[in-house]
Amino acid sequence: MNPAFSVITFTLVAGAAQGLVVALAMTGLFGVSASAGFLSRTLMIAVAMLVIGLGASFAHLGRPERAWRAATMWRTSWLSREVIVLPAFIAVVSVWCLSLRSNPESGLAVLLLPALAIVVSAFLWYCTAMIYACLRFIEEWAHPLTVANFILVGMSSGLVLCCALASNANELVLAAVVAPAALFTTLVAWMSRVVAMRRNFAIRHRSTLQTAIGVHAPLLKQTSMGMSAGSFNTREFFHHASAAAVRHVRWAGQALGFGVPAALLAWGWISGAAVAWPLAVVVQATGLMADRWLFFAEAKHPQNLYYQVVS
Amino acid sequence: MIAWLKELIGATSSVPSIVDAATIGTDRGPSATLARQLALVIDLNVCVGCHACVTSCKEWNTSGAAGPLSDQNAYGANPTGTFFNRVQTYEAGVFPNTETIHFPKSCLHCEEPPCVPVCPTGASYKRAEDGIVLVDYDKCIGCKYCAWACPYGAREIDEKRQVMTKCTLCVDRIYDPQLPKEDRKPACVKACPTGARLFGDVKDPDSDVSKAIRERGGYSLMPEWGTLPANQYLPRRVVDTAAVLVAGSGIDHEPT
Repeated sequence: MNPAFSVITFTLVAGAAQGLVVALAMTGLFGVSASAGFLSRTLMIAVAMLVIGLGASFAHLGRPERAWRAATMWRTSWLSREVIVLPAFIAVVSVWCLSLRSNPESGLAVLLLPALAIVVSAFLWYCTAMIYACLRFIEEWAHPLTVANFILVGMSSGLVLCCALASNANELVLAAVVAPAALFTTLVAWMSRVVAMRRNFAIRHRSTLQTAIGVHAPLLKQTSMGMSAGSFNTREFFHHASAAAVRHVRWAGQALGFGVPAALLAWGWISGAAVAWPLAVVVQATGLMADRWLFFAEAKHPQNLYYQVVS
Repeated sequence: MIAWLKELIGATSSVPSIVDAATIGTDRGPSATLARQLALVIDLNVCVGCHACVTSCKEWNTSGAAGPLSDQNAYGANPTGTFFNRVQTYEAGVFPNTETIHFPKSCLHCEEPPCVPVCPTGASYKRAEDGIVLVDYDKCIGCKYCAWACPYGAREIDEKRQVMTKCTLCVDRIYDPQLPKEDRKPACVKACPTGARLFGDVKDPDSDVSKAIRERGGYSLMPEWGTLPANQYLPRRVVDTAAVLVAGSGIDHEPT
């Protein structure tokens, strides 16, 4: 597939915002103390990120003015479900933020809304991942690892961001709890990506040129795709990057998305160096862009069998 | 519900997977079998790869009420544009025993179209009365998700209108009472000089298309995904004839 910048941005920014909200909700529910002011400010940042994500998703549409229609087919379409759950999540986080500002001791702000935020966030991750995992013939995606990827990468980036914000606001109790969680989640996310990549390398695709055109000759090749200068099919489904470029992106994603942030988190956790957290945020954001690009680029669409040779 | 879940369940039970093929990847059960399913049957034995179907399709569908199928850079070095139908060429075998296969490809109007349930707006739908899969251009938001969900690459976004487009089986032609009866066929079928494109109801056992599928061994593309394409292809039968012709011609096929 040809990775779209808008979709990469949306899935990463919204995913990190979800991770941030879930990190605050979890620590709150487990009784880790943080000031209501810090919590509401951080939730505002999360809402801003979610709105940026929503904007990026609009940029993917050919007819954004009709986007409201996308909420109608929730019975069958994971994309439609995501379109409903994303604003719902923004609403839950906003209400939580407001309740923290008006009455931070209320059961609503301490218990009910954080719990609801965790549930809705989990469902939003599931919807986003299932958009890809439900396409059964894109075999790189049609697997529970896709769901694991979206949840773990979202949690990892959210926790790292939470660490940086808490440390910056001198919320040291919170930072001390979140730091090891961020390190652990980043390592688990890394592991799941490595497993997914190994699986992708090993896939033997069910569709072949033989099944694509129904001619079962052992030697079969395309001599013309039927047009000389490409079409939507050659633009949307091929990333057009060289093998070397893909290799570089793969290494960048592994190193900057997971390896270096994990090292920075370990350093910050052990030495208490505050500079480690913002550095980890910046490095990880860059690395995850590369990793998410690869998530799309690695998916081999069976339609590509029909578009191999220009002549 | 989804493929891997089915695999997981399938691995622990001995239920045959015939039903799975029709249901995986969609959140619905297998859709009710339609009484009528219009489709094309393409005879690879006589297609000569002239692209007349491509140009007549473009001509008819660019002139319709839905607006033109746009082209970009049409007179430049790298022209590109929206087409509902493409003719591709393949080569099978090793020289000198090679076969050239011209292969027209358009939307297959699947009986289990994977592109339909994923559409978030309901713009993509399958008509109950004749099984044609259509896009409502006024509802489409151009998210391209349906194209991702089609294993055949049958859908092309119109870069100017920014809505998804695809073969309509000339739905604005085949029912038009203003046209003479013999013209109420898709433009590609009318244009084919060799009669390689048959059109009709594949659910009617007495139709020309059903007979051709039955008698000539019509087959589906990528049967492994359970999409049950309505369009079928008739296999080539020329191998023996060609061998006879070559044997009788005295042409030396040894490389010099």
